Amino acid sequence: MTETFNPNIPIYLQLIESIKRRIVSGELLPGQRLPSVRDLAQTYAVNPNTAQRALSELERDGLVYSERTAGRFITNDGELIEMTRTELAGAQIESFIQQMRNLGFTKQQLLEKLEERLEKEDEENE
Amino acid sequence: MNDKNMPAATIKNLSKNYGSFAALKDVNLTLPKGQIIGLLGPNGSGKTTLIKILTGLITNYRGDVQIDGQAIGASTKALVSYLPDRNYFADWMRAKDAIYLFSDMYRDFNASKSFQMLERLGLNSEQKIKSMSKGMIDKFQLCLVMSRDAHLYILDEPLGGVDPAARDFILDTVLKNYSEDSSVIISTHLISDVERIFDTVIFLKQGQVMLCDEIDALREKTHKSVDQLFREVFKC
Repeated sequence: MTETFNPNIPIYLQLIESIKRRIVSGELLPGQRLPSVRDLAQTYAVNPNTAQRALSELERDGLVYSERTAGRFITNDGELIEMTRTELAGAQIESFIQQMRNLGFTKQQLLEKLEERLEKEDEENE
Repeated sequence: MNDKNMPAATIKNLSKNYGSFAALKDVNLTLPKGQIIGLLGPNGSGKTTLIKILTGLITNYRGDVQIDGQAIGASTKALVSYLPDRNYFADWMRAKDAIYLFSDMYRDFNASKSFQMLERLGLNSEQKIKSMSKGMIDKFQLCLVMSRDAHLYILDEPLGGVDPAARDFILDTVLKNYSEDSSVIISTHLISDVERIFDTVIFLKQGQVMLCDEIDALREKTHKSVDQLFREVFKC
C-alpha cells in the first residue's frame, strides 16, 4: 500500500488530492496517460468504484481528459495545473496558520519563526 | 439476467429463529451490483446466518430472498462463490486435488487462474493441504473461491487469524479478481484493515440492520471512520 488514507475522510477525496499533488509536482506529466481504473485501484489498494469516482471528478475539473478508446490523460493546460498548485498551496498554508494560531502564535511571532527557519535552511545548504 | 440495474441480491422481511432465539429480525436489504460490501457486526449478530441463507445452506427462514432476481435454490447456488469461515478439505488432498475438485464442481471455475495464484503464493501444487499453515490454507481457499467467475462472492471472515501481510494479499486478490458486474460481500470485525476497499457497509446488531450506506457518504456525513462508527453503534 503506497498511500495511507485518513479513514475519517472520504477516500475518493483523498485520492483526488493525491493525484493532484502528483500532477503539480510533475511526477505525472501533461499529456501523460493515466493507468486504468482497475490498475489505479490496485496501486492505491482501494475499491475500483472509488478510483472511478476520483477520475470522474478530476475529469470534470478538466485536470484529466479521456480519449474514447485510448484511456485517460493528464491535461496539457499549464494554466490549470498552475491554478491547482495555488489551490493546494493555499490549503497547506491555511492549515499551517490555523495550527500555529492554536499554539498561540501571533502574526508577528509566526512570521519571525518562519523566517528564522527558512534562513537556517539557507545556511545549511550553503 | 444481465440487467445492469438489477441488484445482486434483494432481501425482504427476512427472519430466522433458532428455537426461541431470533437470529435475524425482519431484515430488508438491497445489495447493489458491482460493489464490495462490508457485512459488519459483533459475534452473534447474525452475519453468518445471513450468509448461510444467501448461499442456500439454511432453507427454513421466513421472508423473500433473491439473487440476480431468482429465488434462492440450485440456480442461485451456481451464481455464488462462497468462502466459509472454516476449511473443508479432506486430509488426503494435495493443492492440485482441490483445484481439480473445484473444476469438476463449478462450470465457471478457471483452473489455470488458480494455478497462477498458487505460484504467486509460492505454494507447490503437489503439497498436501494438511501440511500447510493455517494462514496458507486460508489464502489457498480464497484463491479457489476467487478463481470462479461468479455473480456474487461471499467471504465469511476471510481475515480472521492471518497476519497483516496476508491481509494485504487477500484484499489485493479480491480487488484483482472480482469483475465489475459481480459483487463481493465480506463479513469481518477487523474493520480498520479493510474499510478502504468497501463501497457499502451494513451494520448488523442482534439480528437487525442498524445501518446500510455508502461508505464515502457516511464519512462525508459523520466525519468519522467506519471503525469509529462501529465502536459507537456497538458500544457495550
